[in-house]
Amino acid sequence: MSAPAVRHLYVHLPFCAHRCGYCDFVTVVGRRGQHGAYVDALLAELELERPLLAEQVETVFLGGGTPTFTEPAELRRVLLALPQAEEVTVEANPETVTPALAELLARNGVNRVSLGAQSFNSAFLDVLERRARPGDVRRAVHLLRHAGIENISLDLLYGIPGQSASDVAADIGEALALSPEHLSCYELEAKPGTRFTHAHGEELERQAEAIEGYFELVVETLVGSGYRWYETASFCLQGRQARHNLGYWRGRDYLGLGIGAVSTLDGVRWRNTPRLAAYVAALAEGERPPREQEQLDEDTRARERLMLGLRLDRPLALADVRVALDVDALARLESLGLAEQRADGLVLTSRGRFLGGGVTAELLA
Amino acid sequence: MSLDRIRNFSIVAHIDHGKSTLADRILELTQTLSQREMREQVLDSMELERERGITIKAQAVRVAWRGHQLNLIDTPGHVDFTYEVSRALQACEGALLVVDAAQGIEAQTLANAYLAIENGLEIVPVVNKIDLPQADPERTAAEVGDLVGEDEARILRISAKTGEGIDTVLDAVVARIPPPQGDPEAPARALVFDSSYDQYRGVVAFVRMVDGSFRTRERLRALAAGTRFEAEELGFFSPFRSPTETLEAGEVGYVVTGLKDVSRLRVGDTLTADERPAREPLPGYKDVKPTVFAGLFPTDSDDYPEVRDALEKLKLNDASLFYEPETSQALGFGFRCGFLGLLHMEIVRERLEREFDLDLLVTAPNVAYRALTKAGEELEVHNPADMPPEVEQVEEPYIRASTIVPKEYVGSVMELNNDRRGRFHHMEYLSEERVLLAFDLPLAEIVYDYYDQLKSRTRGYASFDYDVLGFEPGELVRVDVLLAGEPVDALSLIVHREGAYARGRALVERLRVEIPRQLFDVPVQAAIGSRVIARETIKAKRKDVLAKCYGGDITRKRKLLERQKKGKKRMKQVGSVEIPQEAFLAVLNLDGERK
Repeated sequence: MSAPAVRHLYVHLPFCAHRCGYCDFVTVVGRRGQHGAYVDALLAELELERPLLAEQVETVFLGGGTPTFTEPAELRRVLLALPQAEEVTVEANPETVTPALAELLARNGVNRVSLGAQSFNSAFLDVLERRARPGDVRRAVHLLRHAGIENISLDLLYGIPGQSASDVAADIGEALALSPEHLSCYELEAKPGTRFTHAHGEELERQAEAIEGYFELVVETLVGSGYRWYETASFCLQGRQARHNLGYWRGRDYLGLGIGAVSTLDGVRWRNTPRLAAYVAALAEGERPPREQEQLDEDTRARERLMLGLRLDRPLALADVRVALDVDALARLESLGLAEQRADGLVLTSRGRFLGGGVTAELLA
Repeated sequence: MSLDRIRNFSIVAHIDHGKSTLADRILELTQTLSQREMREQVLDSMELERERGITIKAQAVRVAWRGHQLNLIDTPGHVDFTYEVSRALQACEGALLVVDAAQGIEAQTLANAYLAIENGLEIVPVVNKIDLPQADPERTAAEVGDLVGEDEARILRISAKTGEGIDTVLDAVVARIPPPQGDPEAPARALVFDSSYDQYRGVVAFVRMVDGSFRTRERLRALAAGTRFEAEELGFFSPFRSPTETLEAGEVGYVVTGLKDVSRLRVGDTLTADERPAREPLPGYKDVKPTVFAGLFPTDSDDYPEVRDALEKLKLNDASLFYEPETSQALGFGFRCGFLGLLHMEIVRERLEREFDLDLLVTAPNVAYRALTKAGEELEVHNPADMPPEVEQVEEPYIRASTIVPKEYVGSVMELNNDRRGRFHHMEYLSEERVLLAFDLPLAEIVYDYYDQLKSRTRGYASFDYDVLGFEPGELVRVDVLLAGEPVDALSLIVHREGAYARGRALVERLRVEIPRQLFDVPVQAAIGSRVIARETIKAKRKDVLAKCYGGDITRKRKLLERQKKGKKRMKQVGSVEIPQEAFLAVLNLDGERK
């Protein structure tokens, strides 16, 4: 076994001002008093695991929660402790972006910000229980650019209860007006059992058929505006892919720090406890936090490479995924015009990409 | 025992008129069973029989009454088992015709009475349930008197429930039913009127000795099948097996044959002594032919061997069950089974699921067809998918349906039968209130949701029975269902040309709703030959993606896709279309749900 050299680092900052109805991430609402203790633990975990990191880390990603909701002083401590990397991304909610925050990020090595815009329509932001107003997004982008951050990504949601096709088009138009380097567009997922589904499930059911068409609308508009549809839900200007995420999609190893964070290294995946108290307590003792571990055998890894690789617009080398591939299904999908086997690997056609989930399930041996 | 001390009789009745309760009371009064051994419906040994209050297998029990040996042969009452009933009746000289004092004569009362009369039996009419507040014993006695031509005064009035009048029934059996005729000295002849299978001792034949006698260990021969075996044990039922040394002319009992294959000794065959054989078999042996067919498929294709074993075992006790392996493109490996009727089918299915713990998918039942091909070849078709596309002529089985209803429902029954291609035969007032309607109908029309319709249109007041008449040619066509151009063999059906369009339309619409959208457009068509009569399209999905997939999501998303793939493997595949089991079931149930 070669010495582990993880080149992708994820850091989880779970705190949020408010838990949005549709959210299913590991988040901790409020608890300002605990930010310091959490960051202590986080940095302790970083020190414990630092030997796993490559000399030159390629990407760092601070996700949440709302990383920018973290007490500025604590956030600064985190940023200062992080290894240097070619791409350092922080997730931010628009309303948390102040001139001071933009400065703080830009001065401490952050060169990419992913803004959770979701929509530019107040009514839909209300439905989503987002605190930001449409103006906040525009202001945040300007502040970040002014502070020197040149790589900005916007998250958009479509399929919000009540949203029509023209509402979706309007949101995309607003987003494009800000010339982001990158866009992530997701269909709103109403997870069964969430407060959100309880409140809006029926309306979403009614909209279901229309929502199917929104994805086509999003792709057509963005591609028509010069963005590359390089991943199922991601679009970028030339050379502006999310390098950190590309690491996941290409099956690279990664280290995750913080509560609920997942790491995958040499065929072993582990997930830290999502419980704040248990995490902080363990690291205060100098111990690793409680973790769930999963052994990934060769077949499983091949299946994951297939699942992740087919999200991208570049061919997937067949040699890597052969054991996971149902060749009969592949032949069937080829005849349906959904997948293509080429000299340089396996790719999905445009229609195949719209149906990527079903197509991938089909292709799994 | 001398012949004049023996009486052999059975009890016939419409369902729920109290046949089994009367049998229970007879066993009690004759002290055949102790209080401790007594339980309800003692002769119905199958769990299913007791639960549904019906008799499926014939049973024979010997009781003693005032110096006489009475052999009571309990018979199934339902039309599906007419053949077994008629065999059982052949073993008797008389029959108790039991009629509910509140309900009066019902369709099976008639069918059974006629069957008994045809077999030359002395009928002793019994009006039962006289204890019920709504009982009308006089009116019922008048109806029954008319039916069998008996003086009303001689019609017994009893309550099997309270035990009132049971002794008069037994006295009447002795006084009115003639003793068996037979020659104790002639070469032995015994009628096999039923059989059961004992896993250790093989086929146990239920027999009525007509001439001569059998000894234990004697070599016997079945005249029709030609099978030879040794009588390992002889005896009678009390109602448990009680061994005896001999079975004498006139007696009813059993023979343990040791045969491990039920097909070697069929109900209706005649047993004789191998050393001094009788020349002539007893009359009445007939090969029963199944009238209703359905495909039976394991829900999980891995269960195929279990289904095969279960059918084999069931067949041991039910020689009328027919099955052969069938391969359906859509449903995989299974069996095409033939049944005596719908109740028989339902019972077989229920026994398979219950006694053998199997999950089954049963295709819509169809009847047997006779096809004459253009080449002049005659075919018997048990599966619509096997019907050749080009035929000269198709014949289907017809029945004569007898329905008894209160007179206000005559119009509804007429309408239903006319809708079902029925031909009026005759109508008869049984009393001022109740009418018998006889119609000739294609059996296929009964198989398709007839009972439910009859029930709802007559508010449950109709009683129904039928006799199979034979085959008649009809304007019949095969309707195929095609998914993305591929025929779905399990959904083919044969229908009258006039009904083809509506049935095709209904099937196609149901499939469009039930089959989930696929990765491509799926045309659903119903066709007669190459002519499409109905068409729908299941529109392709436009989007099917897992929205986000980052480091923390990978395991969950992978498992999601793996489950999805596993689910697909359980689906039935027709060409490139995946059909979930549930969709198939819903479509196959269409027949049961026609509104």
